Amino acid sequence: MTGRKGVIIGGELSDGNLASITTELLGIGRKLADELGQELSALFIGNEISQAADEAIFFGADKVYVIDMPLFKDYLTDSYVAAWEKLNKQITPEILLLGHTSLGRDLAPRLAFRLETGVTQDCVELSIDPETKLLQKTKPVYGGNALAIYVCQECRPQMATIREKVMQPLKRDTSRKGEVIPFAPGLDETTIRGKVIGKVKEEVTGIKLEEADVVICGGRGLGGPEPFKQLEELARILNGAVGATRPPCDAKWVPSHYQIGLTGKLISPSLYIGIALSGASQHQAGILGSKTIVAINRDPDANIFRLAHYGVVGEYEKVLPAFIAKCRELLH
Amino acid sequence: MNMIVCVKEILDPEMPASSFKIDPEAKRAIPPKDMQLVISDYDESAVEAALKVKDSCGGKITILSLGGESAKNVIRRCIAMGADEGILLSAPLFDDSDSFATAFVLAGAIKKLGDFDLVLCGRQEGDWDAGQVGSGIAELLGIVSVTMIGNIEIKNGKAVVERIVADGREIIEIPFPALVTVSSEIGEPRYPSLRRVREASRKEIPTWNTQDVAFAESRNKMLSLFVPTREAKCEFIAGETPEEAGTNLALKLRQAKSS
Repeated sequence: MTGRKGVIIGGELSDGNLASITTELLGIGRKLADELGQELSALFIGNEISQAADEAIFFGADKVYVIDMPLFKDYLTDSYVAAWEKLNKQITPEILLLGHTSLGRDLAPRLAFRLETGVTQDCVELSIDPETKLLQKTKPVYGGNALAIYVCQECRPQMATIREKVMQPLKRDTSRKGEVIPFAPGLDETTIRGKVIGKVKEEVTGIKLEEADVVICGGRGLGGPEPFKQLEELARILNGAVGATRPPCDAKWVPSHYQIGLTGKLISPSLYIGIALSGASQHQAGILGSKTIVAINRDPDANIFRLAHYGVVGEYEKVLPAFIAKCRELLH
Repeated sequence: MNMIVCVKEILDPEMPASSFKIDPEAKRAIPPKDMQLVISDYDESAVEAALKVKDSCGGKITILSLGGESAKNVIRRCIAMGADEGILLSAPLFDDSDSFATAFVLAGAIKKLGDFDLVLCGRQEGDWDAGQVGSGIAELLGIVSVTMIGNIEIKNGKAVVERIVADGREIIEIPFPALVTVSSEIGEPRYPSLRRVREASRKEIPTWNTQDVAFAESRNKMLSLFVPTREAKCEFIAGETPEEAGTNLALKLRQAKSS
């Protein structure tokens, strides 16, 4: 492919600020761009989002394209894919990265098919092969039981979506310089099918699960909704968030947005504490990126202990209150 | 409502991790002996979504599956759940298809079937977790798509779907023909009755091969497949009593954090 150059990432905002996944994408994007000796760009699509551009530069972008129009207030596959298609045609990037978020995982595959290229989703590692200069994309497969490395040899751009919290952002540096470029995709609005007619927000109190640095997760062994109060208490002490495996969600002990695993949230906190859960592979795949994994379970053969760094074998009813009390004492 | 649901047979994800083995040369998992392949659970959710639509406004459901001869079992299970017809897409060339090649064959089969209003797929397969076949089919067919839906209703000739997003749900209205990918939030897939299982077992499932549908080369190449070795070995924290173990765990974490 001649003339293709540069790395571009798709930016997202969260409550008006750069989403953490976006700073992470800028971090890995910067690294890849430097290895290739090329530029790093970002694209932000939305409505009234201009404040994002400078921030993206502070986090590593050389160029920031901004599509800021009422048409893009809501995410719709048709409009966002068409906008990306136009920008891709103009700047012909070598590598295109998106977050493995609600938006990215819808946009990426449809865009890849539109651009007649291949994408690898939910990557936990990216690197440039020193010889071929191809992007090597590593992702968990078989419910996290194995990892696969993919390359896209012929088609461009090389595309991937990146799991949240696995890449390191750069330190915010306000002395970084870059260029902000408004981009008008010139879409024919009649080609946009579908309409967002409502939004239902799940009420999240405290820290978001996927952004929490500490996650306390409860499983089937808790036996009912009541013990989750203890988990909430521990989360407050450790400044973390509470999640659950699938059975407590299916049994409606906790809301479905608590769910951690392949069906549910993919998390990569510094500290994960799993309580009274067996560690089904579905769940394991969702916590793969956690730095320290701690498990409390009465069954010494529980799968979770194969993954854990620290474990206590015992009834959570006895272990947990003492653990909570000591944590409180140590932290206050 | 003419519906087409794409399903896949996979290794049972619930099988014990200890029996999971891979063939690094062939770059695929080795199914344990005597273990039956199962329907990918999100695909089962897609079948359930189609059945819900059929319950409310009638229609016909055709199941498509790309796989080996054994995928007929999966198709028959869907028919036992309430689907009407099934077609197996099977040819040696289809083996080792990536998401692009898979979507290409499925889209070809859907075009050949012709008349459809709604295509449903699982949000991602339970083995490779690529999560692109649905969107890919929609793009190849040039129809609107919404991924990861947890509910669908038909209102005034349009589909109103609820898309699951990180912080809740978006309600989206789309025209037909459309493609949706379904998440498990749609609800527990129904269990087929014994009578329906028997009926489905006698149902003829035609097989289409490369003479019926076109094939395309894969775009992504897998370089390697491996089982990650974890250096971490679990350090078990003990105590005279479970309470003491809990206390010791807190001390250990504190110590580990400051070291």
